[in-house]
Amino acid sequence: MSADPLVCVEGVTFGYGGTPVLRDVTCTVRAGDFTGIVGPSGSGKTSLLRLLLGTERPGSGRVVRAPGTAVSYVPQLETVNWSFPVTVGECVLMSRPAGRLLPWPTRQERADVADVLDRLGIGELSSRHIRELSGGQQQRMFLARALLRRPQLLLLDEPTSGVDVQTRHEVLHLLADLNAEGLAVVLTTHDLNGMAAHLPHLVALHQRVVASGPPAEVIVPDVLERTFGARMEVLQHLGMPVVVDSPGDVVLREVAS
Amino acid sequence: MGGLWAAFLDPFSYEFFVKGLAAAVLAGALCGLIGVFITLRGMSYIGHGLSHAIFGGYAAAPLLGVPVVLGAGAWGLASALAINAITRRRRVGADAAIGVVTTASFALGVALLTRFGNKGPAFDSLLFGSINGVRASDLLLLGGALALAAVVFTVLYRQFLFSSFDPDVAQVSGVHVARIDALLMLVLSVSILATLSIIGVTLVAATLVIPAVVARMLSDSFARMLWLSTAIGTACGAVGMYASYHLLIPSGTTIVLTHAVVFVLVLAGTGGRTLRRAAGLDDHGDVPAATPLPVGVR
Repeated sequence: MSADPLVCVEGVTFGYGGTPVLRDVTCTVRAGDFTGIVGPSGSGKTSLLRLLLGTERPGSGRVVRAPGTAVSYVPQLETVNWSFPVTVGECVLMSRPAGRLLPWPTRQERADVADVLDRLGIGELSSRHIRELSGGQQQRMFLARALLRRPQLLLLDEPTSGVDVQTRHEVLHLLADLNAEGLAVVLTTHDLNGMAAHLPHLVALHQRVVASGPPAEVIVPDVLERTFGARMEVLQHLGMPVVVDSPGDVVLREVAS
Repeated sequence: MGGLWAAFLDPFSYEFFVKGLAAAVLAGALCGLIGVFITLRGMSYIGHGLSHAIFGGYAAAPLLGVPVVLGAGAWGLASALAINAITRRRRVGADAAIGVVTTASFALGVALLTRFGNKGPAFDSLLFGSINGVRASDLLLLGGALALAAVVFTVLYRQFLFSSFDPDVAQVSGVHVARIDALLMLVLSVSILATLSIIGVTLVAATLVIPAVVARMLSDSFARMLWLSTAIGTACGAVGMYASYHLLIPSGTTIVLTHAVVFVLVLAGTGGRTLRRAAGLDDHGDVPAATPLPVGVR
């Protein structure tokens, strides 16, 4: 039996200034999902994420969110102002923006921030300026900020962009752990191989939903060509699809068992 | 020694100076406080632009039979909200929106003054500020603006911090970013209106920007930056006003020069090390190279 839907995107067309970046997109995010939205730059990944988030409204169609669904968002690291004068602890506490007339945190709030930072393994960095963190620590900080809201759905925009391989693994394992605890996770990426190894469900997007399903069904040459507009080789390695650039025709073969 | 002390105390025997000093201190604190939000949002130019826009309101208000302060204030607020609305559409950058709205407003003010003559406050004092003729009502307006800013930024501290750092995420976390932006424009308009007679149209931007930049050079904490910037603005206001009396130079000029001296002293004192922090005040750029952490921290 399928889990309860958290957000339903129904026949949505969306664009900026008249030019659609999404056309007739339909998809559903359910409790416990762990989904990667893959596609090239300009394919509408971030727009779809913003629609799920509720910061953008569809031109046509509708986005329906289950009542009471708490959604948190982790932005792209490239869009963050790392010179902003804020410490890790202050940044995490931002997700408790209302309900208090005084600026400083309560004892309970300080304890909550310490707990979530400890849980993500960066408890000792609370008083550091955000610029002093490594890529993996920066992702953990924003995850901590997102988790402090106790969301049912976590949306991440390109969490593996601009980080090294070790950090990418670290982040995806962390997300898998959170998902195993019941948190629905949706992220965007153009990193196909990283997603195939870690995510159980992918959506290939290029203005429209080209394909949706497990990596073995989505990471196939035909879907990739329709999504990315280029021929790619898909190899099989330890039972997982691996994408490599192809100078010519598609080749599908077994590399290892 | 006694003569020096007497010379130091001399200006305090004049009521106009005491009022001017009080006004400069209040204006410095006010601009220092609000300047933190302005610079961190990449809107350093807005103080300059908005003061010019309000100049248009000063020229138009007497012609419309509206009290100058009320007319100029409404004009300034309308300009600020127009800038805010244009910027939020994301088609035009904040700097371009400020340039279009405020220079048009300033040009309209100059046109009205040329065509109908000046029926409001003295032209020179509007441009460069003056310690002469500071009235109790001016002090009341400055005190009210400072109190408004202090209450707004205290009660809505987290909302202002979040929406300055990351407006998109703030929005989905329950912050009414549009309302917060509009509120900031309101406080800014009232603040510029209140300080204009002391600092002057052409110089008010510096009092908004320099204390915040210096505070950023000295601190990595947002809360500490607020205190530092307010304190620097207050001190520069007092010293600048005092210098204005002795040097017979318009108060706005000496106050801004005092700010500039503080900036240079801090820059020299820190060997330029802190300039990098201030250089990226409104930067939403690349991921930085992380500072190496001690072994075992990761």
